[in-house]
Order: sequence, then structure tokens, then C-alpha cells
Amino acid sequence: MYVAVKGGETAIANAHRLLADRRRGDRSLPAISIDQIVAQLGLAVDRVMAEASLYDRELAALAVRQARGDMIEAIFILRAYRTTLPRFGLSVPIDTGRMKIERRVSATYKDLPGGQLLGATFDYTHRLLDPSLLADEPVADPVRKQADESAMMRVSDILADEGLIEADGRLPEDHVPGDLTREPLEFPLDRDLRLQALARGDEGFLLALAYSTQRGYARTHPFVGEVRIGDVEVELDMPELGFAVSLGRIQVTECQMVNQFKGSANNPPQFTRGYGLVFGQSERKAMAMSLVDRALRAEEFGEDIVAPAQDEEFVISHSDNVQATGFVEHLKLPHYVDFQAELDLVRRMRAEYDAKSDGNDVREAAE
Amino acid sequence: MDPIKQDGSAAVNGRKRAMELLAKASTEELQAGWQAIKAKPKVHAVRGPESGLVMVRGRIGGGGDAFNLGEATVSRATVRLGSGEIGHGQLLGNDRERARLAAVFDALRQRPDHRQAVDALVDAVESRVAAEDRKRAEQTAATRVDFFTMVRGDD
Amino acid sequence: MGIQTEIHASAYAGAFTDPVFQSQAVFRALMDTMARPGTITPLGAAAAPPAPLGPGAGAIALTLCDDGTPVWLSPALAKSSVPAWLSFHTGAARTDVKPEARFVFVEAGGIVPGFDQFALGTQEYPDRSATLVLEIAALEGGAQLTATGPGINGEAVVSPMGLPDIFLTLWAENRALFPRGVDLILVAGTDVLCLPRTTKLRHREV
Repeated sequence: MYVAVKGGETAIANAHRLLADRRRGDRSLPAISIDQIVAQLGLAVDRVMAEASLYDRELAALAVRQARGDMIEAIFILRAYRTTLPRFGLSVPIDTGRMKIERRVSATYKDLPGGQLLGATFDYTHRLLDPSLLADEPVADPVRKQADESAMMRVSDILADEGLIEADGRLPEDHVPGDLTREPLEFPLDRDLRLQALARGDEGFLLALAYSTQRGYARTHPFVGEVRIGDVEVELDMPELGFAVSLGRIQVTECQMVNQFKGSANNPPQFTRGYGLVFGQSERKAMAMSLVDRALRAEEFGEDIVAPAQDEEFVISHSDNVQATGFVEHLKLPHYVDFQAELDLVRRMRAEYDAKSDGNDVREAAE
Repeated sequence: MDPIKQDGSAAVNGRKRAMELLAKASTEELQAGWQAIKAKPKVHAVRGPESGLVMVRGRIGGGGDAFNLGEATVSRATVRLGSGEIGHGQLLGNDRERARLAAVFDALRQRPDHRQAVDALVDAVESRVAAEDRKRAEQTAATRVDFFTMVRGDD
Repeated sequence: MGIQTEIHASAYAGAFTDPVFQSQAVFRALMDTMARPGTITPLGAAAAPPAPLGPGAGAIALTLCDDGTPVWLSPALAKSSVPAWLSFHTGAARTDVKPEARFVFVEAGGIVPGFDQFALGTQEYPDRSATLVLEIAALEGGAQLTATGPGINGEAVVSPMGLPDIFLTLWAENRALFPRGVDLILVAGTDVLCLPRTTKLRHREV
């Protein structure tokens, strides 16, 4: 039996009005502006852009404000907005080798060409709460030093010169990059689709999986070959002009994770690589992504698949936090009829159980 | 070959450079440039201004085959001047008016009587962007680690 | 200037003057007509694409095509400035590989390739098939055909003029592939008649 239930419209309308009130909060305080969120909560904005898979700082900041700082809600809103826009085309692949570097560190080479550039990092801070931020105290201008603005070579290119590292990822000649926003996923995936899924995957989920590989669940002996953060140009082919033009720059974080590989029947001993590339500034996400990317290549290298991080279907099917939250949170929606049916079933089973155990009691008493 | 795209390569390079810098121009820069034009031509909309998406691609491992990284918002416009020139403007973000003005300047640049004014605007944007880039690069350079090796054992 | 300017003008001109509402009107007309095979519907909007593409087929292209729908064009359309027009206004790329096309356009009087040369979809994804937009001389006045199937109450009579002689055979073969197969949109001027793969056709017995 299906029982149609109506009602609740007034309650819902009032709940939304209450939400708007709570979002605004104390009216005697100034409302936070989108510009302020972009400028002062930039890494929250970047996370929303990365996991919504939409690069637009103003819209991401609006989503953060609308979601009252609930990141997954903000990601959800931005994803939904994205679906209303037409796609004008595909960019020319971005060239991270020509990045305007803001940070670049390597754990494998101390004196690499271009040097170790710390940039604006939380590393080496003491993680002590800073009471000076309670007030709006003046902040000193950054120090400036003569800069070398020429392109900075990737660390992977240094090892490549010696032939000790695998080449950049190649797919078959006629392979068209897959797009999970256009076609449903069919496992097993090629690496391009995996990277697209990981780039929009939940930072916490990927971080936990990456951590699990370090703790022995699919050990890969990783080193950070390089992490670099900075701006790259986004170029679009203009069919009506016959050449590509840059539309402007976006900030990305790239991680090359270098892993030892003892070799197999088909491959000599060499270093392999996991790759991470994320919108905005998000070193943790890029590093986690590169570790998970490498773990998911187990089959390619003839490694035993023994851990969750190596299980492609498990990882990719559960990495999307909008999907995950939708399915988990739907449980709070009315299941009155479902539950009524279960209640009837449990009552019946209980009655049978009670009848049976009464019978047992009688028999036991008789023996 | 597409009939719309015939052009000498020097002319293409000049136009490409101008379009890319117009994409980086601020609203203020574009509006000031427009105000400075005395004999303003008639501008007709051909397409847009409109906002949409471009799928940004990366390369596997940094230099390998392409994969789809995620989308970015893009605004674009195509305009036709009263005198017939077609101009295109396209830039990241949701600012359709900036895209429209960029398209107007792309069209104006095709007219000999406006070429100089547009190139002056474009040059000014280039200097501004270069100065900002230098400032950021210098701030980053100040965070470069200068290692010094402590005396090692044995030897 | 001369010729090149003319090509410029024809590629940039001729789109909808009110894109949002006109494309919505055309979409609605196509949806309704596809749901009621055999009915003839005015599209409610026209485009002015470069010749030899007609105003109705042009309006359908503007409404349905985008960067995710490669388009196969008949030889006459392919060598006109239709590809540039289509690319500029819809973002759709022209393909020479028939199975890659999601939409197929043939001008009135053009040769219609065999339907099975185009994408027919798969058993799992029958939607991954081509939609053929065929301009014909007229939607009425040809040999009478009886149409039956989903969306038709009993029987309908259609009499399109200008389809290839072996059309009924081609269509029966397409019908036999169900759930795979192509769908047809027949266009004359700015009127359309749709034949989804579910529609059965036979010569009308008089």
C-alpha cells in the first residue's frame, strides 16, 4: 500500500526563512562580503572550487556564504549551478612547466634548478593560536628579492634525463579523454578518467586513503618529487579565428609523487610516479591525489591488489562527496511507509520467535 | 581550411597578443579606453555577451596525454561594428560587460584609424600585468631557501 | 573584400534574434512532435543559415547542437559555409566519421546515406544514436503510408514527399534493430514531422 502524504509547505517556507535569518546572524554586525571571503578565506574558496570542479572564485565564495561555511553544501550548490551553463569548448591542456610559481618545494633534490621556494606556507609555523588576529593589527608588507622569472623545470624532467623514471602518462594514440560529467563511468577506467574523478574527489576521503597507503595498506615508498603552486594560462582554440587565445590565468597545485619500483618482467627497476593536479591552492589534496593515483595503478605494474586504496571501483565510487552526502542524507527524508512495512515484519518475526521459545520452555520443563 | 581564418602570421600574432591582454584588462581599463574614443562607432551584438564553461584540461604526469581537470566559467561576446569589422572577446569569469568591451576593442583594432589607440591600451595592460607578476615573483623569491652545509664527520 | 566578406557575413548572421525563447519554442515543438509521430508541427521559429541549409533545419541545429554533438553534413552542406556557421553559433564540430555523429543534416534533394552507417546506440545505451534531420520537398502529398506504434492512437497516415525510393525498406531495417536505431526529423520549410525508431510504417492499403 502506498500512502500519499501532503502538507509541510508552511513549515518548509518558515524553515527557509529561519535559515536566512540564522545565516545573516546578528544584524548589528556587518554582513561578510564576497570580496572578503575571496580575499581572507581563500583556501576555503579553493576547496569549494576544486571539489565542485568549477573554477570561479566569486561564485565559490557566494556558495560558501550561502552554505554558512558548510563546505559540502557549498560544493553541492556550485555543482548545481554549473549544470545550468553551456559549455563553450575544451581548453588546450594547461602547461604547468610554464607556471608563474608562488611555491615550489622538492623532498628529493636539495639544490634543484630554480631552488626551493617556500611561498606562503603554514609549514614551519608553530600552530599556536595567534591572539594578534583577534584584532585587526597591521600586517607588514612581504620582503622582496630579485627574482628569476624564467620557466622552472619540473623535477620529473631531471630524473627523466637519467632514464630512471617512467615517462609522462601516455594513452593509446586514438584515445579521446573521457569526461565523467558527460558519460556514466564504466569500470575499469583509464587513468585520465581516474584523474578527473580524483581532482574533484573529497579531500578528506583522499587524505585518509593516502594515509592508509603510508601505514602499510599498499605501500609505495613515496617521496615528494615536487609540489608547485602558481598561475597557468588557460587557452581556448577559436575555430572562427583558426588560432588559440588565452582566456586568462587560473591557479593550480601540482604534485609529482615519486615512488620506488623494483621492476617487473616488462619494466626495468625505476621510479614510478603518482600525479596530483588540483584547482587553486591545495597542497594536501594534490599530495593525497598523487598517492592514490599511484596506488590505483597497481595492476599496471603487476602489483598485488590487497588494499582499499588500490581498488578502483571502491575508491572512485566513493570519492565524490556530493554523491555521498546525497545518499547518506536522504535517509532523513520520509520513509514512513518503508518503515511501517519493516515494523510489521519485525512484529511478526518477534511473535513467531516468542511462540517458538514458549514451546521450547514447555519442552525443557517437561524434560 | 576554414574560410574565416585566413590571415598573415604577423597579423595573427598581433591580434592574438591583443586579445589575450584584453582578456586580462580590468573593467576600469576597458571603460577608460572606450571613453577616450571620440568618434564612437556603432556596435551591434552578433553573439552574446554570454557566460558559459570551458573544460580545463591538464596532462597526465604534467607532460603526458590530456585529461579533463574541471571546468572554468568563461564570458564571451562577438560584435560587429557599423563599418563591418567583427570582434571577439573571451575571458575567464562571469563579467559579460568586460567580454563585450574586449570584443569591441578587438574589432576596433582592425580599423587603421583606431589601431594605435587600441595598441596603447593593450600596452598599458601588459605593463600593469608585468609589474604585478614581477612583484609576486620577487615576494616568492624572498622565500627561497639558501642552504649551507654544516661540516660533516670523517675526512 | 568581395567573397571573403560575404562568407564572413553568412557565418556570423542568421542565428535566432531571441535565442532563449526561440530555442525553447523549437525544443517544445520537436518534443511534442516526436511524442506524436505522424503529426505535422510548425517549429515556431526560423533561422537564416547559409544555403543550402533551410530555415527549419537551421533552427533545429541552433536548438539541439552543441560542443558535445559532432555533426555529419551532406557533401553539399559540408562545402558551403554551414560548417563555420554551425561551429560559431552552436560550438558543434563537423565530423566525416559517420558513426561519431550525433546529428545528421541533409538538404532537400541531397542523397540520404543508409541509416545503419550512423550511430545506432547500444543495447545498454540506445540513446547513443544519431538523429537524422532530413529536409524534404514537402511533408504531405507523397505516397500514403500508415504509421502505428507508441504515441499514435490506432493509426496515422503520413505522406512525405522527397524521401528515397527504398525508404520503407531502410526504415523496416532500422525498426528491426529496436531498442537500437536512428530517429528521423523530416523538415519542409519550418514544419516538421518526426519518425522515432518506434514507429512502424507500411504502404497504405486503399
